[in-house]
Amino acid sequence: MLRRVIDWLEERTGVETALHHFLYEDVPASAGWHQVLGSVALFALLTQIVTGILLAFNYAPVPGEAYSSIKYIMADLTAGSIIRGLHHWGASIMIIVVVLHMIQVFIWGAYKKPREMNWLVGCVLLLMTLVFGLSGYLLPWDNRAYWGTTVTTQIMSQAPVAGPYLLRLLGSEGGSIGVVTFVRFYAAHVLILPPLMMLLAVFHLYLLRRHGVTPVPRDAHLPKKKFFPQQVFKDTVATFVWFCVLVGMAIMVRVPLGHVADPTDTSFIPRPEWYFLFLFQILKIFEGPLEIVGSLVLPNLAIIFLFLVPFLDRGKMMKVQQRTGAVIVVLLAALTWGGLTARAVATTPPSVETDMSLVQPWQQIPVEELAAIGYFRKDNCGSCHVTGKAGAGPDLTQIVTTRPTDWLLDHFKQPVPNAAPSQLTALQMRGLAIFMAKRSDPALDAWTNAPESAVAGAIVYQGNQCGVCHQLNGTGGQLGPSLNGEGERRARAWLEGHFAEPTKFAPGSKMPPYKFNAQDLERITSYLMAIPKE
Amino acid sequence: MDREKTTRRGFYEFLIQGLGGIIGVGLAIPGVAYLLGTPKQRKKSDWVQAADVAQLPLQVPQEVVYHRTRVDGWRVVNEKTTAWVVKMDPQTVVAYSPSCTHLGCAYHWDDPSKNFICPCHTSAFSVDGKVLAGPAPRPLDRFVIRIDGSKLFIGSQIQKT
Repeated sequence: MLRRVIDWLEERTGVETALHHFLYEDVPASAGWHQVLGSVALFALLTQIVTGILLAFNYAPVPGEAYSSIKYIMADLTAGSIIRGLHHWGASIMIIVVVLHMIQVFIWGAYKKPREMNWLVGCVLLLMTLVFGLSGYLLPWDNRAYWGTTVTTQIMSQAPVAGPYLLRLLGSEGGSIGVVTFVRFYAAHVLILPPLMMLLAVFHLYLLRRHGVTPVPRDAHLPKKKFFPQQVFKDTVATFVWFCVLVGMAIMVRVPLGHVADPTDTSFIPRPEWYFLFLFQILKIFEGPLEIVGSLVLPNLAIIFLFLVPFLDRGKMMKVQQRTGAVIVVLLAALTWGGLTARAVATTPPSVETDMSLVQPWQQIPVEELAAIGYFRKDNCGSCHVTGKAGAGPDLTQIVTTRPTDWLLDHFKQPVPNAAPSQLTALQMRGLAIFMAKRSDPALDAWTNAPESAVAGAIVYQGNQCGVCHQLNGTGGQLGPSLNGEGERRARAWLEGHFAEPTKFAPGSKMPPYKFNAQDLERITSYLMAIPKE
Repeated sequence: MDREKTTRRGFYEFLIQGLGGIIGVGLAIPGVAYLLGTPKQRKKSDWVQAADVAQLPLQVPQEVVYHRTRVDGWRVVNEKTTAWVVKMDPQTVVAYSPSCTHLGCAYHWDDPSKNFICPCHTSAFSVDGKVLAGPAPRPLDRFVIRIDGSKLFIGSQIQKT
């Protein structure tokens, strides 16, 4: 039956002959493990396209919305964080694979006549891979994306003559980034680059087939092999290794989502993606009027050198063991790249930005509401009003009470006849009554999900009336600084010490000292550390 | 010699298909889960106060307009929504979902005939929601409701009959 279907297809399309042709291509006797990287790069590209399309199914390409939709993908969708992980880490791994592929071709001298054109196409493919990375970096629209891309566009604006035109093409006025730049990066990333890259990759493969896999000198005396099955097997094994690394990273290393892009945030330390860190570091070496040397001259010279390689080295094919010159060039380049990257990493302070895709509603509700949830729990209200379920009393997460405040306060004091007296103070009861009458959707989530330690911290915060002077999650006074994001700005020890002796840590501080007992200190510090920047 | 070559070839082919299969399935599983999985449900308050029962006329459906927050993907929207509310008798109130059970068109109350009429495929429903004519497969869907004193609360869940 299957045979008949295949025959029918073959007769009308010739697909079987074509496949046969493809698989039983001659390859030189020396072909082997060193030539598997091209296949891996192709699979990496295909996977980027598939995962990119999957992301696009739930991604809104507008600043702000883009950020919310990525958060939705990461926090709400099944396997969403894995799909984003596959796309994000897939991009990084693809760059490694593509560069290794280029190094192999370079060391073996596979760019020599008649394969110069394929080297050039390969160089363009490499650059396109990098532009993919650069344009994709902006799309999550978090601080990393915004500030990283700001630096990139500013560098482009330095280009002599072309600078202003480049900026206009990117929709950027004076190097700043707004809606127009954003959608242009998006258009480049999903409309221009993918089809262009596919076409070039096909051309790359066509040229490979036209000239064949590059032989070494002794291949002339040896019989040729077929592409299938031995070389296909090696390609498959290499692709499988790539697949294991990629899936492992996508599952185990969560791609963080920082705070939404904030042009007024002066505390953020912008860094490019790891593969561009060397360029970032070069900029530190060339200062003042020489800056353009590092930002544009050297990178462009390197690109020009890459394109000229087959025309600079025109000798006969040699054994790979004899290509010491090529090996030295690769080693020098690797050392330079590695040294610059290592230096850049070493001088980057560790990131303390909260991963916003992991932030729970209880971290974002006003402290009064979280403390009220604490009063509810402290007085065991949940033994009758079971949250999320029906109990002896109504499920208050489902039903807004319509009782007047006085009724509620009496009810708190004595919920049922002969009940044990309430442990709450009059102020706390009032807080609980306000919460009962009016609560937000995030507070409903927090009601069931907020951890006990955070709730306890909120009670300490309320009990000491920190909100009289400080803002937290949108409520409180303006006398002291806002406390959102303290955990991202300060170390725990700083906060703990500051409570007891404010002026020692912040000279001139007007805050009175607070001598908490060990338990309360632990609670309020943990709670404050958990509240992200707004 | 030839036989050894054949088994080795078979071994290669087996591994190529096996590893290729693992890669394909390994990427397809998260892809399918991502496309077909239900998004995490965010908790939200369900009841919206929509009308005053005391002011509803008996047996005459009222189109009640109220606002409800709804989670729409990554957005939480506060939107206008409607329900057809009927006080059947002083103790019983029903709130019908405003879409026809056939293909979801918005129906309306036709006062002369005392029926709900759907403009799309002329389904007709009685005041108690039963199908009188047309292609509608089941009676009108009802919102869950709660009456507290004389306040009518409408929930977001829909009961099908």
